[in-house]
Amino acid sequence: MRKDVIDTKLVLVIPNRDKDSVKQGKRDRVLKIVGLVITYVFLFLAAALAFFPFYYMIAASFMDESSILNGRMIPEFASLAENIAYNYSETFTRLNYFHHVAITLLVATSITVLQLLTTILAAFAFARLTFKGRDVLFIAFLATMMIPGELLAISNYVTLSNLGLTGLEQTTFQAIIAMIIPLIASSFYIYLLRQSFLQIPNELYLAAKIDGKTDWGYLWKVMVPLASPTLITITILSFISSWNGYIWPSLVVYNNSDTLISVIIRKGALTMQGPDGNYITQYSWQMTASVLTVVPFLIIYVIFRKHIMRGTGRAGIKG
Amino acid sequence: MDEKRNNYKAWFYLAPVLILMGIFTFFPILNTVYVSFLKDYNVSTGVHKGFTFYNYAYILGLAERYEGSGVYNTTFFSFSGPSAFWNTMFITFVTVPISVIIALLIALAIHNIKALKKFFQTVFFMPYVTNVIAIGMVFAVIFANGGVFNTIFHLNIPWINPVYATWGSCMTVLCIYIIWTALPYKILIFLSGLQNIDQQYFDAARVDGASKGKASRRIIIPLLSPQILYISVTSFITAFKEYSSIIGLLNRSYSSTAVASSNDLYTIVYYIYDMMQGTNWTTSSQFASAAAVILLLVILGFTIVELRISKRLVVY
Repeated sequence: MRKDVIDTKLVLVIPNRDKDSVKQGKRDRVLKIVGLVITYVFLFLAAALAFFPFYYMIAASFMDESSILNGRMIPEFASLAENIAYNYSETFTRLNYFHHVAITLLVATSITVLQLLTTILAAFAFARLTFKGRDVLFIAFLATMMIPGELLAISNYVTLSNLGLTGLEQTTFQAIIAMIIPLIASSFYIYLLRQSFLQIPNELYLAAKIDGKTDWGYLWKVMVPLASPTLITITILSFISSWNGYIWPSLVVYNNSDTLISVIIRKGALTMQGPDGNYITQYSWQMTASVLTVVPFLIIYVIFRKHIMRGTGRAGIKG
Repeated sequence: MDEKRNNYKAWFYLAPVLILMGIFTFFPILNTVYVSFLKDYNVSTGVHKGFTFYNYAYILGLAERYEGSGVYNTTFFSFSGPSAFWNTMFITFVTVPISVIIALLIALAIHNIKALKKFFQTVFFMPYVTNVIAIGMVFAVIFANGGVFNTIFHLNIPWINPVYATWGSCMTVLCIYIIWTALPYKILIFLSGLQNIDQQYFDAARVDGASKGKASRRIIIPLLSPQILYISVTSFITAFKEYSSIIGLLNRSYSSTAVASSNDLYTIVYYIYDMMQGTNWTTSSQFASAAAVILLLVILGFTIVELRISKRLVVY
């Protein structure tokens, strides 16, 4: 094999009319093409498998119940419009979709904004200011990333009921506060932002000081704009995970009408009373509900693909 | 003087985070550990009967629920059948290696092509931004009795049917689903790792006459070892905490008795949240706390072992 490769090199570098070498080059090129074909076939198959749940989700939301139960792959064209109208109108009203999306948007936006604010302030203190116990405190913050959220959830649940934020008489406002408040402070985002704050050269700070800028002004006028790629990353990651929240909202929200969209699609009334009086889950409505939860995000993803992928990648490598 | 002014100002900047983390992070850590050692703790009245190791003994199946009752807890840990602990271990040790290998293969394939690179990156990263519950429901429909999976392969397996499914069939679908959700992040990390590998290493290998396979094994894998380490540490932690995917896929509602039937896939986290539901909660928070502390110890233990092993294997 070693010899083969060197021969190939020779073919490429020196024009050689020797019959054997030409054959050799041909064989190599054929091998390369075969390898490429195999790679593409593998990738297309894997991509099809990765995409199939999305396809089927959308396809099934265009079908009637019996087609899904019979394992149909492609929606029937004849009854397409009828099925879409029926599934989507039923799901919208049964889920109270816009109500839950409004709550989800409110919760996700609040968490994201508050998280950004507290993160910027704390990261500034850790990156720019000197104070007693800074390093110890920062290590304590980092150490909390190892703690599973479940361990915290047990006590936080008690704390919130002691504060009167959860329980039988919970109002919608209290439910929203309960979903937001324990999630605001994030040591992971503080860590991420501190790293990018540290890369801003010291000279800028000194120059700003000479110009008579306060720390506060320097933070918002200089540091925040310079760290905007990291802030965009944090915004996107924070919004996605708040939108998809399930565990914490399903614990602390007492009335189903006050909860997030991803909780309600599993708890919501997507059933129909059968002839024997039992309630049967309607897969077509469930799939419609999934489409309504997932597709808005797929659209956001396609638009902000570069930011999301770059951001997630960076968050990962440094973590 | 400057130092001092900074000092006071820093606490002003840190105040919001410190207050919130004090209440919702640092206090809960201490409190949960404390509660896990309380005997007969009642969470609504705060009454308990002193300190004990009983909670740990009970959830590990070493002590009876009530003295002389002969009732042992087998939901969390049991040597004789599926239990939260072993289910969690099974999920972790099946899904993590498989998804790491598949992700590595896909990342290498994408790295080696020129056309359609962006397209494949986009498609493979898609599952990352989606909702675990919503897509879990989609998998549930795909694997339903008359569902599309059985139809395509002419099978008649009740994969996740609440009545007829077995532990094995449920676990198979669950693992497939978890691998599907776990791939995108790993592919992304491996791809960015591959992009950082200098092309000159490959050129040097080719000049030295290394075959393509050899080059991959001897160059790519070692140079990618920091990413592989990072991915395996984080994915072990994620897999130990598997929960939402089970709710999305199976929608097993919380059982008041907390007895797992044959196809119930309890995991450690599932057990914890089960103990926090409805009537369980008032008298069982100490068991939930003990389970959470065990989860923390498992995660810490595995991370330390992994970091130890990696010291020898990671190249730089």
